[in-house]
Amino acid sequence: MNSDKSAYWNPYLAGFVLGLVLLATFVIMGRGLGASGAMMRTVTYAVDTISPEHVDNNIYFAKYAGGDKNPLSNWLVFEVVGVLLGGLLSGLLAGRLRLQTDKGPRISKRGRWGFAFLGGGLMGFGARLALGCTSGQALSGGATMALGSWAFMFTMFAAAYVVAWFFRKQWL
Amino acid sequence: MSAPFYKYDFFGFETGLLIAFIIGILFGFTLERAGFSSSRKLALQFYFRDMTVLKVMFSAIVTAMIGVLLLNLADILDISKIYLNPTFLGPQIGGGVVMGIGFVIGGYCPGTSLVASAIGKIDGFFYIAGALVGMVVFAEIYPLIADFTQSGGMGDATLGNWLGLKPGIVAFLIIIMALAMFAGSEVLEKRFGGQVAAGGNGALANASEPVEEPAPAE
Repeated sequence: MNSDKSAYWNPYLAGFVLGLVLLATFVIMGRGLGASGAMMRTVTYAVDTISPEHVDNNIYFAKYAGGDKNPLSNWLVFEVVGVLLGGLLSGLLAGRLRLQTDKGPRISKRGRWGFAFLGGGLMGFGARLALGCTSGQALSGGATMALGSWAFMFTMFAAAYVVAWFFRKQWL
Repeated sequence: MSAPFYKYDFFGFETGLLIAFIIGILFGFTLERAGFSSSRKLALQFYFRDMTVLKVMFSAIVTAMIGVLLLNLADILDISKIYLNPTFLGPQIGGGVVMGIGFVIGGYCPGTSLVASAIGKIDGFFYIAGALVGMVVFAEIYPLIADFTQSGGMGDATLGNWLGLKPGIVAFLIIIMALAMFAGSEVLEKRFGGQVAAGGNGALANASEPVEEPAPAE
């Protein structure tokens, strides 16, 4: 089952490689990595396609796609397309490409899907509020020692540990 | 100094997009290889069973941070030209609480949900759908919470100028903290790591033998 090619990397090695990718991004682009910003732009594009007036009338959507602005003409959007491809490539090479649901043994698949949707909703909302997610704030802001990014990172982990007990049936 | 290259006009916006795509591939590949395409592996962090998230994140932060400081010392990289996340303590702490709760419930963060979905994780699809809805909700109620999203503004504050310490000293303290957390993680995994029950289709379990049990009454 666990042949060498399907094994995950040692976490410290993976972190070191991830750090080098982030460092390369700083050196080449002068900015960090991200994820949630590209998701916001994608959903804004969808809303803009359905109702451009609605986008122009909402000050938050308008920041990304007001008037003639194309929300997808953006660095993070192209980065995230790469993320999807890179993840796919790694999964393919490791033989992990398969339709499946990750969960603990004590919850049904449907239950897990419901929690995934709910948790995703909170994360999507929270990431816009926090001006970024684990990638853009914690990782990139953490490495540049931005004060608010460290405040975000510690708050996020603390909140997760505080509420983890209530959701243990999903994972343990 | 000649870096960041983009800020010194070595190439334009469109070349930057191509670079973004390539960097994204490396980013996604690394996240998947770290095991971050499994929600259960990520979530077990919060039960001290699997400390991979902490180890990977802090190894990455320390690596990039040291690299930036050394390249700056070598007069290659101009730190002042690197984007610094602005500090707004209100929304960043508020968003941190919401995201911490969302992380435990959803099992992913936005970036990891992308690599999970890329390899076929169905809970990843639901997570992304939820996240997109959450973002639309945020945009819709933004006018009501606009003031809060600007609260606790401290501009380009860094840990260094907040603590009154030089960046090198702060970096040194972060390295010490990271090493202490790594050591603590190894102890916690030895203590709790063996208590992981076989999962459903989780990466920690044999995926060919899904364990189907009724949902707990919650």
